[in-house]
Amino acid sequence: MNTKRIAAIFLRYWFLLTRAPQRFFQIVIWGALDIILWGFITKYLALSGASFGFLTAFLGGAVFLDFIARAHQGTSTPALEDIWSNNLFNYFASPLRIGEYVIGLVCASILTSSVSAVVMVSIAYLVFDFSILALGLPLLGFILILFVFGVSLGILGVMIVLRFGPSGEWYVWPMTAVLSPFVGVFYPISVLPEWMQSIALILPPSYVFEGMRSIILEGTFDVSSLFIGGALAIAYVVVAYLGFVQVYKNVVRNGLLARHSAEGL
Amino acid sequence: MPVLEVKNLSKQYREIRAVDDVSFSVNKGEIVGLLGPNGAGKTTTINMILSVLEPSGGSILIDSIDVTKKRGEAMARTNFAAVYAHLPGNLTVLQNLRVFALLYDVAERAARIQEVIQEFDLERFTDTRAGLLSSGEQTRLSLAKAMLNKPPLLLLDEPTASLDPSTARTIRERIRAYANEGRAGILWTSHNMHEVEAVCDRVLFLSHGKILLEGDPSTLAKEHGKKDLEELFITVAREPLSLELQS
Repeated sequence: MNTKRIAAIFLRYWFLLTRAPQRFFQIVIWGALDIILWGFITKYLALSGASFGFLTAFLGGAVFLDFIARAHQGTSTPALEDIWSNNLFNYFASPLRIGEYVIGLVCASILTSSVSAVVMVSIAYLVFDFSILALGLPLLGFILILFVFGVSLGILGVMIVLRFGPSGEWYVWPMTAVLSPFVGVFYPISVLPEWMQSIALILPPSYVFEGMRSIILEGTFDVSSLFIGGALAIAYVVVAYLGFVQVYKNVVRNGLLARHSAEGL
Repeated sequence: MPVLEVKNLSKQYREIRAVDDVSFSVNKGEIVGLLGPNGAGKTTTINMILSVLEPSGGSILIDSIDVTKKRGEAMARTNFAAVYAHLPGNLTVLQNLRVFALLYDVAERAARIQEVIQEFDLERFTDTRAGLLSSGEQTRLSLAKAMLNKPPLLLLDEPTASLDPSTARTIRERIRAYANEGRAGILWTSHNMHEVEAVCDRVLFLSHGKILLEGDPSTLAKEHGKKDLEELFITVAREPLSLELQS
């Protein structure tokens, strides 16, 4: 691993962000809008007299769900920028290794998802008096699991675009949204039909959302679920990386990487 | 001493054999022209040397390093400029060079970047986005990037295609001077036969994925009964079989 080459991948995206600040807009706007929307919905529900802790459960869910989406898109967007500008050829005809490229994308994702998280948490605290820090120490584990899982979705997204070309990006954007009904963002997994519960069991965010509700509503927390979620997230990122390496080898073998037109990829 | 050794290189796409058992070498201090009509296999060969395309057979050694076994090390000794691989248009000239200087782990980056900016007359454009440059200026930027790491092997795929005659001559002279230093070998593709005669020490004519002819560009045409290299090129493109029988 060469840190300079990793820095090059990060630097390329940093230049794009700082040169065109409108790119920051998409990093913060979706999370901010979700927090505002869910914040007022939960406030309205609370006014109806329900004793259930809507504000904390729903806002916590919204913050976490958006955090997955930011980690996911934070990883895939820099790679999509390379594909849109036909830059992958320049990268992979250089000494850059595939692992260095992926780590560079993850570094970019750490930056963008952190910015987004700070904006969401600040709005939740300043507008709705909701502090995510109230979740205590498990919060750190939750964030790590969600970030690693989001990164695995991001790598999977890049893999899809590398395999199917730029039009494959239409599979990439909705990935987090497609998974959200299964992971119990706003409701316990137990309300899902059995087949959906089976899928929820193999998705790391399910353990985070269940854990968060357990802390908020019952004041208890099962540490073992954090470990299961963490182990699953690591497995996902390893499988996504290996899949990406395999697709890269395939496109080098069949010549798709060397065909330079956007739709040729 | 060869900086590039290509042995029995081939590339098969299902029923199409794009490159067929090609062997050649490029020595340090030498400029070798890789010529041939469209579809002859020039770019496929270059892509395999650049490791963005896996060969179906054969081997490629860059500075005695096997590209398929030690890709990173081999690519650190190589660089390229190609008309189809412009640098990202949404970064400035300086930003592009900074990113690629890091990628190629260039020593004394800031100083080297300034050198290539001056060498390729890009001072006025350092803060201009690459996408806003004219095609000739973009070519100069690609060449500046290609020279960043002073590569022992330089691959140039139609490097002067978008340049005006005056700039093209200057660029040819610079690249010739770089080869004359004796530390680098250059593989050059072009459809401009006058340019090839002026700059190349040796040429290889590819046709249907095979090397059809090889020799000194100043004498090769006469050896095959043709007026000049352009006439020889046209014969390679239209009647390759007649030349195959001769050789």
